Amino acid sequence: MYHKEKSIQIKNSASALYNNLSVLRIAPRRLTHFTVVHANMVNMVSASWDGLNYTHRQLQSKEPNVATSTSLIMQAAFCVLPSRDLLVVTSQKGIQMYESDGSIMVYWHALDTPETATGSVCPRDIYLSLSHSIGVSSGAILVFDVPSKGSNITLSEVLEEHKESITDMASECSGSQECIANLVTADDGGNLCVWKSGEEFQLLNKIPGFDMSCSSVKLWKGTAVAGYGTGQIRLYEAVTGILHAEINAHARWIYSVDIAPFSGLLLSAAEDSLVRVWHMTITPETNSVEVAHLHNECVTDTQICGAKFCDGDGYAFAVTGYDLSEIIRYIQS
Amino acid sequence: MSSRTLPLLFINLGGEMLYILDQRLRAQNIPADKAKKVMNDIITTMFNKKFLEELFKPQELYSKKALRTVFDRLAHASIMRLNQASMDKLYDLMTMAFKYQVLLCPRPKDILLVSFNHMDAIKDFVKDTPSILSQVDETYRQLIEMYTPLSSGEFQLIRQTLLIFFQDMHIRVSIFLKDKVQNSNGRFVLPTSGPVPHGTQVPGLIRIFSCTGEEFTRLKFNNGGNYTTALREGSFDIFGDRVTKLGTNMYSVSRPVETHMSGTSKNSAQHTKVSAAPNPLAKEELNLLARLMGGLEVQKPGNADTGFRINLFATDEEEEEALISRPDELSYGVINIQATKDQQANAELAKIMGEFTESGDQSPSVSNKGDDLLAMMDGL
Repeated sequence: MYHKEKSIQIKNSASALYNNLSVLRIAPRRLTHFTVVHANMVNMVSASWDGLNYTHRQLQSKEPNVATSTSLIMQAAFCVLPSRDLLVVTSQKGIQMYESDGSIMVYWHALDTPETATGSVCPRDIYLSLSHSIGVSSGAILVFDVPSKGSNITLSEVLEEHKESITDMASECSGSQECIANLVTADDGGNLCVWKSGEEFQLLNKIPGFDMSCSSVKLWKGTAVAGYGTGQIRLYEAVTGILHAEINAHARWIYSVDIAPFSGLLLSAAEDSLVRVWHMTITPETNSVEVAHLHNECVTDTQICGAKFCDGDGYAFAVTGYDLSEIIRYIQS
Repeated sequence: MSSRTLPLLFINLGGEMLYILDQRLRAQNIPADKAKKVMNDIITTMFNKKFLEELFKPQELYSKKALRTVFDRLAHASIMRLNQASMDKLYDLMTMAFKYQVLLCPRPKDILLVSFNHMDAIKDFVKDTPSILSQVDETYRQLIEMYTPLSSGEFQLIRQTLLIFFQDMHIRVSIFLKDKVQNSNGRFVLPTSGPVPHGTQVPGLIRIFSCTGEEFTRLKFNNGGNYTTALREGSFDIFGDRVTKLGTNMYSVSRPVETHMSGTSKNSAQHTKVSAAPNPLAKEELNLLARLMGGLEVQKPGNADTGFRINLFATDEEEEEALISRPDELSYGVINIQATKDQQANAELAKIMGEFTESGDQSPSVSNKGDDLLAMMDGL
C-alpha cells in the first residue's frame, strides 16, 4: 500500500519526545516544512516537492539572560490559523512563536519555573478572533489571541481543569456556519477534556483515563482518537464520552497518532518500531464507527517518536525515530 | 524534563561499574582480600549518607562532564588505580550498558526493576559487612519512597530524560555484539517479538462498541511481529523476584570486555560537541560537584605497597594504544579545574580535596597544599 521514499537527512538525531515531528505543507510554494526536536534545538528542513532542494535551519530554545540556552525543548509544532501559520516551540523555560519558516520570532512567553510548556499547540478558530492554546506541565492550558499579522499576541485565557501535565491537544473546525471549533486536550493520567470555544472556552466533557498516560490525541468528525502508553488506541465520541472502538494497536508506548481528514486514514506509531495505517469510517448522524487495519511499516531497531501524514489525503507520511538523523518518508504505491 | 532522574542514573551506572571492576579484579588475579577491600570501599563511598541526600534532591541531570568526574572519583575511592584509557573504557561500557537497559525496558516503570537488580547485586557484594549492608538497605527504602508512588507518565518522562542524556552514543561493545543485541553500526536490536509489557495486550484486535457499551464487532489484524502475553510483574519491594534480566550482571561469565572505537558513527561526534562548550564547567556545576565531593569519604590507603592498578585492556600496550588512538570527539573531557575562573570555588574545592589522599603514585611537590591537590586532580 505504501513504499519507502528517499529519506531527508537532518542535522541532529530526534529526541525521544511524544509527537516529535511536525509537518506544514505550503502548496503555493510547492514545498513542505518539517520540524524535529533534538534536546535544546529544533531542526527544520524545507523540502521542495520536486525533491531537488532542501533548506535547513536550526532554532534554539530561549532563556532570559543567557546567550545560548540549554533548556530542553518539549515540542515544536506548526499551528495553522486562517490567515497565517506559526511555528510554536515549547520548552522548559517558556513558549516561543515564530513565523512558519522559522525566520523571525514573533513572540516569547516566559514561564515561571518549575512549570514547563509541554503538550501541544493547536489552533482555535472562531468567528471573532483567532487564537491558539498551549498546555503546560501543571495541567493548565494557555489560550493566546493571535492577530492576522504582526507580533501583538496576547494571553487571553487560562483553562484549569487537568490536574496532570498536558501531553497533547487537538482541534477541529466542525464546518457548520458558525464554525464552532472543538478542542480536546489530553494529560499524563490519560484524561481527556473536551471543550467548545466561544467568547470563552466551555468544558463539555471529561473522559477519565484510568491512570494510563495518553501521549497523542486527534479530533475528527467529533471523535477523539487517542493513543495510550499501553499501546491501545481508543475512539471516543467527544461530546458524550461514549467509547466507539478500542484497538490493541501496539506492543509498546504509542508516541504519535495522526489523521488525514479528507480520507479518514489514521496513522499510529510507537516505541515498538511499528507504524500502522488504519481507515476510519465515522457517521456522526447514525453514531456508527468502523475501523479497519490497512498497513504496517517496521522501522527496524528504532523507537519511533513522530509520525505525520504529509497531506490531507494521507497520500504520504513521514516518520522520525529516537537517535535517528533522518526523516523517513513513505508514499502510496 | 524530570527532576528525579539523577538517583536512577547514578545507581545504575554505579552498579554497572561494580560488575565490570569485579570482573577485572578476578581476571587480573588480584588477591581476594584486596579485591574485597576495593569493592567495599567503592560501595561505602557510593552509598555515603550525605552524598545520597544531595543526590536524591529534585534537580536537573548533571552534564556529562560532571557525572564522569564523579565516577572518576568513585573508581579511585580505594587502593585501586586506573589509567585514563582504562577509565574511559570503563565509562563507555557503563553508559552503553545502561543505555541498552533503558531502551529495552518494556515499560518505563521497569527502569525501577532494573535499578533493583543492580541494588540486589550490590547487596550481595557486601553481604558479609553489616555496616555497609545497612547503608544499602537504607538506599532501597529511599528508592521505594521516592519512586513507587510515581505514575507511568512520570516514569516515561524519567526515561525520556535518560534517553536525551544517552543520545547519539553508539559505542560498540564486544559482549553486546557477540550476543547479537547490538548491530555493527552500534545501534541496539529492538525485537518485534517476545512478551508484551505488563499492562499491555498483544496487538491484533479491534473492538467496536455500540452506544450502550456492548461490544458488537471484533476484528483481528496482523501485528507484523511475534508477540506473547505479558510475564508476571516483578517485585518493587526490598526483596523479591524482579522478573526482568535487565540490570543483572552480564559479566559473571568471564568474557573479555572490549569496545570498538573504529567505525563509530558520526552521530557520536555531533553529540559530544554539545558538551565541549568553551567554558568547561558552569559555576553552578562546580559548586554542586564540590558539595558532592564533600560527601565522598575516602579511606586512607596506608602505605604505597597496598595500591595496585587495574587495566581494562588485555595488555598494557593495548591500553597505551587505546589512549593515543581514541578519537577526539569521544573524549570525555574530565573537568580541568585550573580552567575555571572562579577563585572562590577553586579554593573551596581545594579544601575538600585536602580530605582525600592518593595512593602515592602522583608526585606533588611540597609547597602550597591547595595547588598540589588541584594538580593531582588534574592528573587523573
